[in-house]
Amino acid sequence: MSSSMLPDGFADCEPFAAKWCIPTEAARYAERLNSTMAEMQLFYDAMFPRVPGAMAHLDRFPLHELPERELNLLHLVYSLIMVSLPVEVWKQPRVIDSGTAYFDRHLEPAP
Amino acid sequence: MARSGKPTQASWTGRHPTMGTGLVSYEDSISPEFYELEREAIFRRAWLHVGRIEELPRKGSFFTKDLDVAKTSLIVTRGLDGRVRAFHNVCRHRGNKLLWGETPRDETRGTCREFMCKYHGWRYGLDGALKFVLQEEEYFDFDKADFPLVPVHCEVWEGFVFVNLADEPGQSLLEFLGPMVRGLEGYPFHLFTERYAFKADLLSNWKIFLDAFQEYYHAPILHSQQQVPSLRSFQNGFKVPHFQMDGPHRLISTGGWKGVPRHMTPPDQMYPIEHATGSGLLGPWERPDIPALDPADLPAGINPGGLDPWSISNFQIFPNFVILLYERGWYLTYQYWPTSHGTHRWEMSYHFPPARNASERIRHEVTAVVSKEAGLQDAGTLDGTQLGLESRVIDGFPLCDQEVTVRHLHAVVDEWVRSYLRDGQEVPA
Repeated sequence: MSSSMLPDGFADCEPFAAKWCIPTEAARYAERLNSTMAEMQLFYDAMFPRVPGAMAHLDRFPLHELPERELNLLHLVYSLIMVSLPVEVWKQPRVIDSGTAYFDRHLEPAP
Repeated sequence: MARSGKPTQASWTGRHPTMGTGLVSYEDSISPEFYELEREAIFRRAWLHVGRIEELPRKGSFFTKDLDVAKTSLIVTRGLDGRVRAFHNVCRHRGNKLLWGETPRDETRGTCREFMCKYHGWRYGLDGALKFVLQEEEYFDFDKADFPLVPVHCEVWEGFVFVNLADEPGQSLLEFLGPMVRGLEGYPFHLFTERYAFKADLLSNWKIFLDAFQEYYHAPILHSQQQVPSLRSFQNGFKVPHFQMDGPHRLISTGGWKGVPRHMTPPDQMYPIEHATGSGLLGPWERPDIPALDPADLPAGINPGGLDPWSISNFQIFPNFVILLYERGWYLTYQYWPTSHGTHRWEMSYHFPPARNASERIRHEVTAVVSKEAGLQDAGTLDGTQLGLESRVIDGFPLCDQEVTVRHLHAVVDEWVRSYLRDGQEVPA
């Protein structure tokens, strides 16, 4: 019995699961703002190449009946999306020129 | 000597000669006295969007909507007869706010058969009728029929629930919306049940944020990072190919970022996350497999300029509601609720057809994340603009032809306030 959080075949992403398997956008955004660019770059470098494989794997399951480890993997992909603009575009956790603005996502689909 | 530049008769602005081309004052965004006028002249007379029909899925469904600008809260509900109604959220007994969330300052929603006041237990039916009074025999010359909830005019158009706070609206909702906005009729809004909703409290007058989203002149500068570094330029502008105005409403229609739909951009001109997931700012690259969303089958009013390529139509529905439709088969809404002359509560929702698998959901997430971040840049300018205006160093601002919609909004606001001051009754056509 595996104690891993992620499905078989994603062991290389396991070191990031505890920090980045986060179910809500609000919590993912908060984690991003609390993270350094070095932390996000490390996660991005490991996770980005796994995105196509993760999408293909997850599509084998009904979206609303994902087993727990698949759900974790989906949340990990969401976190990759959350850190992608800081890594690819902004080069900082906050959006450039966003001033004092903060948007609260209070409703979102599950999963 | 004649000044060089665009002749007004050949411009978008020139098509509305009453607006002129002169400098525009932003006194309407910094004056507390003007804000008090707007509350009455605009927000108590115009039709206001307060929710979607999907938020009232069954008989007895309800939600409350707090409208600071009108100093009231509403209950919007679907009755046992299936009809959608709105009432002021005030108990007829001692004036307590009838329904609230955690505190009286919070909105709430749910399903019930009756509304009960937390204070003395008076109960009202879904049609607003007073049904139960505790110790009714203790009252004097009392008839429950005399004390229903106070109704508010409420109509549903294409699944959008609108209210009008006037005693007697000057126009029906359909008259108010007019032919340009009604050009959206037939769009399959009811299929877009996957929703992401955001809210924010922002440090500017409500119109300042409307202005930020009703022109694309700012896009190449404020959102310069939307282009990969090799293509970024602060010298190239953005020309919207189609503007339209109808009554108090506006439409901006365009082919996408610099005319090229994002999904048709070569991969080396995209960011890696876009290419890897097949999704970005303007939506997933692949349109949902829904025949009604094929551009050839869309209502003609959605791309009234017949643009090809066409990516976005941005309907600015007076006073504070925006529906923005994307050719990629999704839409978003913005709404701007004033809370004082210098602040507002902002709401944004993304609407997609429900994802059928994880990949589709991931693509929706990319759009919801990337687009939010562009929105944060727009919002980031607001308190700076408000501060600059409130310095009153400048009392007239030049607006270019690509800002015709900005000029129009402020002209319409001015017109409604003037009309109110003239007679307090008439709503301009």
